[in-house]
Amino acid sequence: MRGAKSAKWVAIAGVVALTATACGGGDSDNKGSGKVDPKGIVSYANGEPQNPLQPSNTMEAYGSVVIDSLFTGLVHYDKQGDITYENAESVTPDKANKVWTVKLKPGWKFHNGEAVTAKSYVDAWNWAADPANGQQNSSWYRDITGYEDVHPAKGKAKKKAMSGLKVVDENTFTITLNHGIPYYAYKLVYAPFYPMPSAALKDPKKYGEAPVGNGPYKFKSWDHKKSIQVTAWSAYKGNNKPKNGGINFKAYTTPQAAYNDLRSNNVDSMPQIPDSELANYKQDFGDRAITSDYSAINTVNPAWYSKTFKDIDIKVIQGLSMAIDRDTIVKTTFSGTREPATGWVAKGVKGYKAGACGEFCEFNPKKAKQFVEDGGGVPGNKISIQYNADQPHKGWVTAVCNDIQKNTGVKCVGDPKTDFQADTEVRDKRQVKAMYRSGWVLDYPFNGNFLADLYGTGVDGNWGEFSDKKFDALTKKADTAKTIDESAELYQKAEQQLKTSFPGIPLWYNKVTSGYSTNVKNMEFDQAGDPVLTDVEVFEK
Amino acid sequence: MGRYVARRLLQMIPVFIGTTLLIFIMVNVLPGDPVRALWGDKPPDPAQVAQIRHDRGLDLPLWQQYLHYMGGLLQGDFGNTIAGNRPVLDEITQAFPVSMRLASMAWTFELIVGISLGVLAGIRRGRFVDNTVTLFTLLVISVPIFVVGLLCQLFFGNELGWITPTVQDSEDMGQLLVPALVLGMVGLAYVARLTRTSIAENRQADYMRTAVAKGLPRQRIVTRHLLRNSLIPVVTYLGTDVGTLMGGAVITEGIFNVTGVGNLLFQALARREGAVIVGVVTVLVLVYLAASLIVDLLYAVLDPRIRYA
Amino acid sequence: MPDLTKTSTTDETAAAQDEVVAGSAVSAHASTGKPRSLWGDAWRELRRNPLFVISSVLILLLLLVAAFPGLFTGADPSTGDQAKHFLGKPELSHVFQADWFGYDRTGRSIYSRVVHGARNSILVGLGVTLLVTLFGGLCGMLAGYFGGFWDSLISRLIDVFFGIPFLLGAMVVLNAFTDRTVWVVMGALAFLGWTQIARVMRGAVITTKHADYVMAARALGAGTKRILFRHILPNAVAPVIVVATISLGTYIVAESTLSYLGLGLADDAISWGGDISTATQDIRNNPHTLFFPAGMLSITVLAFIMMGDAVREALDPKLR
Repeated sequence: MRGAKSAKWVAIAGVVALTATACGGGDSDNKGSGKVDPKGIVSYANGEPQNPLQPSNTMEAYGSVVIDSLFTGLVHYDKQGDITYENAESVTPDKANKVWTVKLKPGWKFHNGEAVTAKSYVDAWNWAADPANGQQNSSWYRDITGYEDVHPAKGKAKKKAMSGLKVVDENTFTITLNHGIPYYAYKLVYAPFYPMPSAALKDPKKYGEAPVGNGPYKFKSWDHKKSIQVTAWSAYKGNNKPKNGGINFKAYTTPQAAYNDLRSNNVDSMPQIPDSELANYKQDFGDRAITSDYSAINTVNPAWYSKTFKDIDIKVIQGLSMAIDRDTIVKTTFSGTREPATGWVAKGVKGYKAGACGEFCEFNPKKAKQFVEDGGGVPGNKISIQYNADQPHKGWVTAVCNDIQKNTGVKCVGDPKTDFQADTEVRDKRQVKAMYRSGWVLDYPFNGNFLADLYGTGVDGNWGEFSDKKFDALTKKADTAKTIDESAELYQKAEQQLKTSFPGIPLWYNKVTSGYSTNVKNMEFDQAGDPVLTDVEVFEK
Repeated sequence: MGRYVARRLLQMIPVFIGTTLLIFIMVNVLPGDPVRALWGDKPPDPAQVAQIRHDRGLDLPLWQQYLHYMGGLLQGDFGNTIAGNRPVLDEITQAFPVSMRLASMAWTFELIVGISLGVLAGIRRGRFVDNTVTLFTLLVISVPIFVVGLLCQLFFGNELGWITPTVQDSEDMGQLLVPALVLGMVGLAYVARLTRTSIAENRQADYMRTAVAKGLPRQRIVTRHLLRNSLIPVVTYLGTDVGTLMGGAVITEGIFNVTGVGNLLFQALARREGAVIVGVVTVLVLVYLAASLIVDLLYAVLDPRIRYA
Repeated sequence: MPDLTKTSTTDETAAAQDEVVAGSAVSAHASTGKPRSLWGDAWRELRRNPLFVISSVLILLLLLVAAFPGLFTGADPSTGDQAKHFLGKPELSHVFQADWFGYDRTGRSIYSRVVHGARNSILVGLGVTLLVTLFGGLCGMLAGYFGGFWDSLISRLIDVFFGIPFLLGAMVVLNAFTDRTVWVVMGALAFLGWTQIARVMRGAVITTKHADYVMAARALGAGTKRILFRHILPNAVAPVIVVATISLGTYIVAESTLSYLGLGLADDAISWGGDISTATQDIRNNPHTLFFPAGMLSITVLAFIMMGDAVREALDPKLR
């Protein structure tokens, strides 16, 4: 759902990520000397989770990485963006993509010994959908028939269960949707679709402090604001059996502090290198430095309701886009750890196709100036880019503005809001003066997630109130396609349409930048930016 | 004496109420809604937003919220956090001991090194030692603390490897040493300057000449006469500094990843956790008021002419 | 709070003023009948103090830079040349040229930025000092002169303000305005800093109030206004000046701290504080981006504190 993620929201840390599960992932052998200790503990730089540790209540990065180590969902996806089956044996839609039948692998258990059955899923979802239980992810169930009865827009639940969920037998259940969604299986990757044992629903408060899951790791302890420890669970049945003895999630308040600790081997890995160290991390870690694909994109979007952009000629925005020398900024400001964007969909998701933006995302100062002039220029000849100052955005905003000013003559300044909260409020209230920065990490590896959920008329992620009727029609068509592949193809057409209506200026794709200590090997990250902790091996001390 | 203390304690009540009220209003003036923020960039669920607001009493008018809060406070209830619904008291009791350790180390550092440097400089006023100390203190004051902190971390932590770059265990005094030095640095400079000025002034006082004329040993003159008479402004500073060392260490604690009060406050501000902010400030105000009372009582010890009725 | 310089000068200077006040009262006694005044004495003393001479020359120079940055550099401080000059190293032999101090992250001349940053940084320092001296001074005077209810009210108010965390106060004030101009930042720092001068002024007025010449004026039937502004203020203002000059420097440092916390001036405003906090990112590879603005800031702060020190010594007969 639809959340443009802005890098900070989990208070202070520079972690850009909501979540998707971390499992699967490839193997690559690093040259590690010394013996591996299968009982060794991996320490990972994290922060204090925002909410109690319930899967249906966790969506920010700090909580998600812990939840993902404790749970294994029905499905996940691989590097190509194809579905892989985890706890599910199969997830099959009917012809209209409306009724989905889920078959579980038999014999799975929760850490407390309770069997994982169809009921564990259905009960957990019904419980989490009830507003009285205060689960923040409940709106993820809204495609399911009967969601409105359990979770009305206002007031208490009218029913205890969604009519769209039916237990067929011990290991089979069906999900009936309000309307067909060809790519629904991708949504099942997300944490709210994890199962919970019956005890979780009886005493949620206790459960939130000591969760019991069905995943590769078992919860051990939570020392608030210091660390969360999980240990490998020997009875785990999934594909991603831990190769280490457990994980210690250490709480850091700034990524810089974590980085300095990582450099001196006091922590084994961290989510994202702080911007200030992008120039150094390759040197600091040598072959222990990680740079891998990350399905996330950064854009600068016009606020279409603002005085500046209300009656703008699209040519002007295309001109502004061409004025930005993405290659140089990526090199200078990010030390090459970003990749210039050529469209609105991030790399590494199904349906990604390079070059959707065409020449408008290529640096061309001459044409830029001409386009801005032809389009009648910007009212007041001045734009601003709003960002949250509690994250290191100032550097690139300055660089982008520098380019725009120099190449088009339009005055451009950064418009910092003190922190993410203040930034969100301004966007919520539709008070952005001209443009705002936007970052989006995949929710599920499908191009539609970057299109319909961000630029569809009136959708939640559409902060700038962009509206393009043709685009809306194309996405609607894509949503009614028969198969995932067909849908992805139709979404590509929709992306092409954006070239003419320009909902935002694509800047660059992110990369996962990290490193690991000398204590471990096989540290990797998936395209959602989440660590593949189960594969990490720890050297004997 | 007893009456004086009682009067002072009574005066604390309006200050206490005023501060908490002011903070309460200020937190509410800040843009950003903590309940909505639980969803980050995602669209919030209106039904749940309403539910959480109701649970935490945030749907009441501000004055009622304040009264509720103060009512709870009198019973030792600091309220619950918005995110996670944990008791604020838990967060406070977790952060304060850490800050207390850090602050007391920084404070001791200020006290011992600061006063020693000040005495040295004051006695040898105008000489090399004096000039060096003065220059050093000026430098410390003129460089922003975050620059000092980051450089210390980089240099001692990463380049030399003498310390771990961040504090791994907040109960280990050794690890807290460098953060405490950074934290106490500016205070040290002020203490040194204060002591120096004060000593330099008192050095020429009549009682000093008397003491020298009496033929008292130099050691005794300095410690018993000179220092004791010069310490009043220093004590004032050191007294009020206790509170600020505890609550004002936002930057130092951030750099060295110390989970103390400063960090707690910073994060609470970022998340607009009103109850945590007011709770922390409440305790800090108590510390500050207590410290200033102790300082005033200490005056009487240092200067027998001061009597409290 | 040592971290945040909000109150760092408070107690040192507040305490230091006690002696100055005593001193000024003493010299006021001495001055009756003689043409020499406290101020005349102080001025003669100051002129002979090398510390004062050096610092005032420095300050004049800095004010010149702040007022007419164009005299010192022709390079554009706000638009840089990404491609050519990214993070070039300083060319110290190119005296007064654009690449003298090297270039920053976005390819802007650091020399030019340091020169152009002087205005905002010094303006913040001067502005805040002026604001706190006016407001804090007035409050302190009222509290000190009238005593009783007013004293209790203002003193308790000062205590209340002491309890406000710097960060919270700054955030509230800065968020109240959409454009973070120099004036807004000044307002924020003044809002948090006025209590210091108020305390100093209060103490000074209380001491002066009981001086013989004030008694005499009152006995002669002088009005409250006349006593306050003609007799008390001139004699109580000395410690305030001392505190103000010293704290001026700390306000400039405070502006950089605000920037570090993301609460500084708007992006198109150039200030040392802003540049220092940006440069902390490059501290490892390109320390020169930090060194020059930080160095200028230090020199400025040093100059003002040195001047404050000199003034204090001149106004305090005990130190002569």
